[in-house]
Amino acid sequence: MHLTDIREKLAARPDLTRQLAQVKEQVATCIQCGTCSGSCPNAGFMDMTPRRMWRAVLTDRVDMVFSSQTFMLCASCYVCTLRCPRGLPLTGAMAELKQVAFGLNLDRFKRSTLFYKAFMDNIRQYGRVRETEMMARYFLAVKDPRVPMSYTGMGIKLMAKHKLHPHLPTWGPGRLAPLFDRAKQQER
Amino acid sequence: MDYLYYPGCSLEGTAKEYDISCRALFEALEDRLTEIPDWTCCGATAAQCVDPFLSVVLPARNLALAEKTDTGLDVLVPCSACYLNLKKARQDLWENNALRAQVNQVLEEDGLAVNASVRVRHLLDVLTRDGAVDRVAQLSENRMKGLVIAPYYGCQCLRPYVEFDDPEQPRSMDALIRATGADVLAWDMGAVCCGASTATTKPQVGKELVGRILDQAKTAHAVVTVCPMCQMNLERFQSRSVPVVYLPQFLGLSLGMPAESLGCGMNLSDIRPVLSRVAP
Repeated sequence: MHLTDIREKLAARPDLTRQLAQVKEQVATCIQCGTCSGSCPNAGFMDMTPRRMWRAVLTDRVDMVFSSQTFMLCASCYVCTLRCPRGLPLTGAMAELKQVAFGLNLDRFKRSTLFYKAFMDNIRQYGRVRETEMMARYFLAVKDPRVPMSYTGMGIKLMAKHKLHPHLPTWGPGRLAPLFDRAKQQER
Repeated sequence: MDYLYYPGCSLEGTAKEYDISCRALFEALEDRLTEIPDWTCCGATAAQCVDPFLSVVLPARNLALAEKTDTGLDVLVPCSACYLNLKKARQDLWENNALRAQVNQVLEEDGLAVNASVRVRHLLDVLTRDGAVDRVAQLSENRMKGLVIAPYYGCQCLRPYVEFDDPEQPRSMDALIRATGADVLAWDMGAVCCGASTATTKPQVGKELVGRILDQAKTAHAVVTVCPMCQMNLERFQSRSVPVVYLPQFLGLSLGMPAESLGCGMNLSDIRPVLSRVAP
């Protein structure tokens, strides 16, 4: 991902630019002590530690921020939030970075974007998550046979325990569609 | 005591045995659970990743339904992720009048209104603070004697809202486990993250984090959990076989309830070593 791509995409979305500015404000008093990095169970899997991520946000290095996977690896365990000596809402800030990344529709997060879209569509349609159909729709959307195959072992185990419940898909406007649409209007 | 019950979507699918054992246990303890009528998804992890406003509206709808029952009862939530979503929405709506007004304009669509007065509580909070410990001790007759149990709490029932236990060194499950006659494993992995949904997207994360947790549970006969996501990860990423059971399954067994009535055939891990050691 080139620097200009991310900057251009952000410039075209004043709402996301504003949200990123809010994240920056949330972590403004970070003293770079690294307690977050030392506390994070997933720090070892990250290409950039949480401490560096906050530094990148504070110095407006949006290229660094959004070419990293760090915020996608936040499991929302809240240990950094609990321990931060400045009392910063770090887990919430990571979630906001996810929102901005998904909003920018970056290719590198395409799979997660499709997953969450399948999930939200499922809630809109049925009110509750029907795991089996949600996964099926996600697999159709990714258009890569390796993805469903990587879940086969788990699928067989769940089937053996009668935990997969294929429902016939129902069409029509969706159980929570009016609520979703009204929420969309409100947000504007 | 009576409670309003919010099972959440996982308990209708991959965590069915958690639902079955919760309902059965509360019946045995003579507490009544009333399922919130017409409940819907709390938004799970998805809503907060893609749509911040919906991530308030979706739990708010369920809070509104709970208030509409006009019972004044607490809402009991067994899933830690649902618990956090409902609790967070409740707190945010309580503190922010403008947000509440905005959400209520949306809920009007369903003929609902929320005022955020209802109390949201995790299953473990209810079990440890409303008298269940004494009743389990009376009824269990030390049936679980000889077993060593590793209590696993996970994250979101402990953090960020510190309600009923120490957020890093939790102890609330100890008394419940001892009430059954079993011993508690002294370990420090009870509040260490299993990887949650990042283990689904990156299996390497699940293997390593769960591996570290289960390695510390070597001398225990079983791990006991209070969250469907934790349960799924601890059962899915086992390098050697460790029985993992939901807390209400374990407590139900200690009361002498039949294994089938607690959904004990549905666990993904092999829990026969636990079932065979329960004193009749």
